[in-house]
Amino acid sequence: MSLKLSHQDFDEILGKLRQEYTIYAPRRFKDRGRFSDTDLIRYGEISSIKDMVWNEKSNFSPKEIIFPITQTIFHFTEDDYREPTIDSKKTIIFLRACDINGIRRLDTIFLKNGNDKDFYYQRLREKVKFVLVECQSSFDNCFCVSMNSNTTDNYSIAVRFNSDSLLLDIQDKDLDKYFGGVGEKVNFTPEFVTENKIKVNVPKVAEMPVEMYDHEIWDEYKSRCIACGRCNTTCITCSCFSTEDIFYDTTTNVGERRRTWAACHIDHFTDMAGGHGFRKDNGSRMRFKSFHKVYDYKKRFGEHMCVGCGRCDDNCPEYISFSNCINKISKLVNS
Amino acid sequence: MCNNPLKPSPHKLISIDKLTQDEWTFRIEIAEPPNFGQFYEVSLPLIGEMPISTSGIGDGWIEMTIRNVGKVSSEIHRLQPGKNIFLRGPYGNGFSIADFKDKHVVIAAGGCGVSPVRPLIEYFYNNPGYVTDIDLLFGFKEPGVVLFENDIGRWQERINTIVTVDQVCGTWDGKCVGLITEYVKDIEMPEYKNMVVVIVGPPIMMKFTAMEFMKQGVPKEQILVSMERRMSCGIGKCGHCKVDSRYVCLDGPVFRYDEAEKLID
Repeated sequence: MSLKLSHQDFDEILGKLRQEYTIYAPRRFKDRGRFSDTDLIRYGEISSIKDMVWNEKSNFSPKEIIFPITQTIFHFTEDDYREPTIDSKKTIIFLRACDINGIRRLDTIFLKNGNDKDFYYQRLREKVKFVLVECQSSFDNCFCVSMNSNTTDNYSIAVRFNSDSLLLDIQDKDLDKYFGGVGEKVNFTPEFVTENKIKVNVPKVAEMPVEMYDHEIWDEYKSRCIACGRCNTTCITCSCFSTEDIFYDTTTNVGERRRTWAACHIDHFTDMAGGHGFRKDNGSRMRFKSFHKVYDYKKRFGEHMCVGCGRCDDNCPEYISFSNCINKISKLVNS
Repeated sequence: MCNNPLKPSPHKLISIDKLTQDEWTFRIEIAEPPNFGQFYEVSLPLIGEMPISTSGIGDGWIEMTIRNVGKVSSEIHRLQPGKNIFLRGPYGNGFSIADFKDKHVVIAAGGCGVSPVRPLIEYFYNNPGYVTDIDLLFGFKEPGVVLFENDIGRWQERINTIVTVDQVCGTWDGKCVGLITEYVKDIEMPEYKNMVVVIVGPPIMMKFTAMEFMKQGVPKEQILVSMERRMSCGIGKCGHCKVDSRYVCLDGPVFRYDEAEKLID
């Protein structure tokens, strides 16, 4: 079913949906951006279409909705381990094709790598319906076309935002009931970006040549990369975490076990008790991340990890271009 | 609620064997024995969780040899027998015992690396004839940190065993001083085709010891190493132990050296 709706009509539908769903979309956080007088756009709950930023790319991905930055995994009372309960409301996320494809990578790690499914990821993920936000043009630093993640048919609704109206392609029968008797029936299917300004050649090798691991191309990142981990935290596909226990006060045996995002660019990622660790220099961390995104993840799972959202490049304080780095690797190994 | 693989279960601490000042072996009740070379995620509520390999396997118990070196391990060193330790696992591939049947087995282990091979050695010690021949090569930093001295003394009665220390300080009644790599050539290896070499220790020790065995003629396909990495989950999610396309927690910790040598951190 395809409909044309006014913003006001859609807001009324959102109001009804909110009784059953928590609705997340990119929101503007004024003056919270990475430079003075710039805004931060990241995911948050919305109650009206006016809350949503639909004509810019978000700085952060929607992954934090299903893989929170910090998540309590157990509450402790003496020797009792208890899982926290979660909100019973279901979830709707407004997101772009690259992020829908990125969440498939998260599903792969949390639900398919090894024999065990991640309990905490699964219970949040199962509640999610996607609303695809059509990209009318490519944004800065995007290279989704090169990564084959510019298109998707995995959505409940696809939406095109116009300044005075919305076009919707409603695929999910569960949601039909919300759209009865409103709007105008039209023919609409979403279109996808078919060209980005940035084009990337991924390395086409079954096995990365051993000389690439300590190649001089990594040297520049030794000093340019400051190991802040912004590329990891803003990436839709980075899924690493660390676990730690905390107690609420020292007089009672009450506390919790938490997991928190971890990042391969940040110090201590590989450190073990006793102090031994790997990849002390930032150049080898850049190499490790790059090969994961465009080489060894594919070797394990059959598709590249990187979806080309370009957020790593949008957010790097040192203006390191990952797309440029991939092209440098490919130039060396494909020639 | 569905099964939560991150939820540990309580296991009673049976006894503690204080091997050195910092390295103690904890015997813990467990119903199902693990495979050789597997590990557990060990935790104490409010303190934290860590991966620890199994240093002993018995009827209804396992042993773990834990160095007092971090937040969780120091708290475990304060436990008294009778208290609970929380475990989940066992995880990892471990050693397949059938790989050793009727082979000439050489086990080279450095420092804490003796722990994960101790159950394997016990098995060969208690089942003479399972392997055609066996040699043990242990290296420690100095005489004061030699682990499992009693076991080594017992194994020596039946098995050719070389113990070396990197440097002598204090008393040392062993014969050998120097790195493990210097003693590889002292092991008689009449037929390389029928050999399996197990090497466990710090990354640099495993690399150079493997190279030494290869120099003596042992093919890399017949060398097994057990790798140690930081892990947070043990079940392939947290990403800390990923090297190349492999997860040490899922695909390891035991790797054949022809694969391990290509795993660049």
